[in-house]
Amino acid sequence: MDKTYNNKAWFLVLPVFVLVALSAIIPIMTVVNYSVQDTFGNNQFFWAGTEWFEDVLSSERFWNSLSRNLLFSFIILSIEIPLGIGIALCMPKKGPWVPVCLVMMALPLLIPWNVVGTIWQIFGRADIGLLGHTLEAIGVDYNYTSNIFDAWVTIIVMDVWHWTSLVVLLCYAGLVSIPDAYYQAARIDGASKLSVFRFIQLPKMRGVLIIAFLLRFMDSFMIYTEPFVLTGGGPGNSTTFMSIDLVKQAIGQFDLGPAAAMSLIYQLIIILICYVFFTVMSHTGSDKPEQGAGE
Amino acid sequence: MAKITLDGLAHSYYPNPKTDADFALKELNYEWDDGGAYALLGPSGCGKTTLLNIISGLLVPSKGNILFGSKNVTELQPEQRNIAQVFQFPVIYDTMTVRQNLEFPLVNRQVPKNEIDKRVAEMIQVLDLEDKADRKARGLTADEKQKISLGRGLVRYDVNAILFDEPLTVIDPHMKWQLRTKLKDLHRQLGHTMIYVTHDQTEALTFADKVVVMYEGDVVQIGTPEELFDEPAHTFVGYFIGSPGMNILSSEVKGKTARIGSHEIKLAHEYHALGETAEVGIRPEFVTLSGGKKGMPVSINSVEDIGRFKIVRASLEGQELNAVLPEGAPVPADPKVSFDMSRINIYENSHLVRKGA
Ligand SMILES: Nc1ncnc2c1ncn2[C@@H]1O[C@H](COP(=O)(O)OP(=O)(O)O)[C@@H](O)[C@H]1O
Ligand SMILES: [Mg+2]
Repeated sequence: MDKTYNNKAWFLVLPVFVLVALSAIIPIMTVVNYSVQDTFGNNQFFWAGTEWFEDVLSSERFWNSLSRNLLFSFIILSIEIPLGIGIALCMPKKGPWVPVCLVMMALPLLIPWNVVGTIWQIFGRADIGLLGHTLEAIGVDYNYTSNIFDAWVTIIVMDVWHWTSLVVLLCYAGLVSIPDAYYQAARIDGASKLSVFRFIQLPKMRGVLIIAFLLRFMDSFMIYTEPFVLTGGGPGNSTTFMSIDLVKQAIGQFDLGPAAAMSLIYQLIIILICYVFFTVMSHTGSDKPEQGAGE
Repeated sequence: MAKITLDGLAHSYYPNPKTDADFALKELNYEWDDGGAYALLGPSGCGKTTLLNIISGLLVPSKGNILFGSKNVTELQPEQRNIAQVFQFPVIYDTMTVRQNLEFPLVNRQVPKNEIDKRVAEMIQVLDLEDKADRKARGLTADEKQKISLGRGLVRYDVNAILFDEPLTVIDPHMKWQLRTKLKDLHRQLGHTMIYVTHDQTEALTFADKVVVMYEGDVVQIGTPEELFDEPAHTFVGYFIGSPGMNILSSEVKGKTARIGSHEIKLAHEYHALGETAEVGIRPEFVTLSGGKKGMPVSINSVEDIGRFKIVRASLEGQELNAVLPEGAPVPADPKVSFDMSRINIYENSHLVRKGA
C-alpha cells in the first residue's frame, strides 16, 4: 500500500510549540545567554565563556548549598516513602471510611507552599505558637531561628506533614488495584503478612512508587518557599538551599552571570539524578525476560 | 486426606438475609469422598465460586458446618486447612522465578529443603516448564502463568483437596485439552480429592467421576455423567447437559399417557395426575423423525449439519423440538416424530417425577 505523506499535520503542532517556546525555551535561552556573558548594565554585554561556570563550581558556597540540598532530599525521601507506604497499607480498602480518609489525606496537598511556611512559622513560635509554647512548657529548648538543628527538624517535619499524603495517595491507588485473587492465593499458599507485602503489594506498587520517588525528589530538591518563609535561609546559612542561594545571588546581589550558570548546573543535576533514579528503579525488580516478548 | 462433609451449609453475602433470593448458596448437605474427582457445573453466578471459597476457608459460611474427616473446620483459616485452590485468572508472584513460585507454598509450610527441591523439580517437569524454570515469572504468557498457578496447588502432596475454579478459562483450546488430561493423570497418580469448577459441560463430563450441577445457588443434581444424561433431576440439567439440550414440552400427564396439545403419547410408567404444570423431557437423540403415517406431525424450521449428525430444529404444536438425525439420513418431506418411550422423563415444576410416583 502506498503511504501518502502529508506534512500539513505539522502545523497542528504549532500552537504547542509556541506555548512551549514561551514557557520553557525562551526563558532557558535567556538564562543561557546570561550564563556566558558579563554585563555592567546599560544592556551592554561581554563574552565571558565558561568563566561563570568555573567560578560557581570552584566556590565553596555552591558546594555547601548543594550538599544541604542532597542531605535534605535524602532525609525527606527516607522518611516520606516508607511512611507513605505504611499509611497507605493501614487505610481501609472499602467501606464508609474510604472517602473520609482520602479527603483527610488530600487536605495538606491543597495548602499553598507559602501558607504552609507561615503556618509552621507561627506554630513553632514560643510566644504564640502551639508547638513552640508546648515544647517550652515541657522544658525543651526549641528555637528554629537560632538553633540549626531545630531549624532543620522544623523544615523536615513541615515537609513530611505537607507531602507524605502524596506518597500515601499514590501507594493507595497502587494497592487498591491489586485483584482480590492475589490475596486469596497468598492465604492458600500460607504466606505471612510480610511475604504478602514483599511479594505482592510491593511489586504491584512499583510503578506508583517510581512516580512518588521522582516527584518527591524533584520537589524536595527544589525546595524554596517554605524555608524562605520560615527561616529565611538561617540560622547563618544552615538552611540556605540552592534555590534560596540562587535568588540571593540573582536578586539580592544582582550577580546575574553566576546565578545563571548556577541555575543551569542546578537543572542539570536534577535531570541527571532523576534519570539515574528512573533507570535504576525501573530495572530493579522489573525482571524483564532476558529474551522474547512479555505480556 | 479425608472426606469433606458439608452439613447444612448456606451462604449469603448480605448481613441479614431474609428471603431465599438473598442466599448466594442455598442450604446444602453433601459428602465429598476422599480421592474423588468432582466437577461443579453451572452457569455464571450460580454460586460455584462461593461454595469453593467456603470449602477452602476464604469465606466463612453464614450457616452450617464444614468437616474434614470428623474435624469441624468451619472457623479455620485457609492456611490451617491444608487445602489448595487454583483461581480463574492466573496469580503469580511477579518478582519470583518460576521455580521460586512453585517452592513458595512449601517454603511457607517449612517443608525440608531437599523435599522441596525434589517435588518442585518433578512439578516443573510435569508442567513442561523446564526451559523457563529459572526465569522471572512476570514475562510469561497467560498459559504458562496459569500452569504455575496449577503447579503451586499440585506440588502440595498432602493436601485434603485441590479446588480448581474455572482454571482453564484463559488457556487456548488445544492447551486446554492437554492440561485437562494432565490433571486427570495427576488425579490418578496422586489420589487427591479434586473439585473442578466449570461452566463448560464437556470439561465437567470428561474430568469428573461425579458432577454436581448448580443452578441459582441450589445444587440441583449430583450424579455420574450417565445419570445426568439419562435422568436429569431438573429441567435445567436437561437443558444444560447435552448439545442440543433436552427437549422440554409442556403437557398434561395422567396415568400412563401424556397429552401434548392434541396429541397423546404413551408412557412407560404410571404417574398420578399431574395437571398442567407437567412437562415431558426427551433428549433429541431419542426423537425419531420419519416420513410415514405414524407419529406427530411437525414443521421443520432449520437443519444444521454438524458432521457426524444433523440437528433438526422443528416445532410441535408451537413448542420447540430438536431431533438428531444420523449422518446420511434424509430429512423427510412430510415429517412426523415419535419418542423412545423408555427415555421419556416427566417433570413437575421443573423437578423430575420419579417413575411410578
Ligand atoms: N463478594 C460478593 N459480594 C456480594 N455478592 C457476591 C459476591 N461474590 C459473589 N456474589 C454474588 O453471589 C452469586 C454467586 O456468585 P459466584 O459464587 O461468584 O458464582 P459463580 O462462581 O458460579 O459464577 C452471584 O449472584 C454474585 O453476584
Ligand atoms: Mg466463579
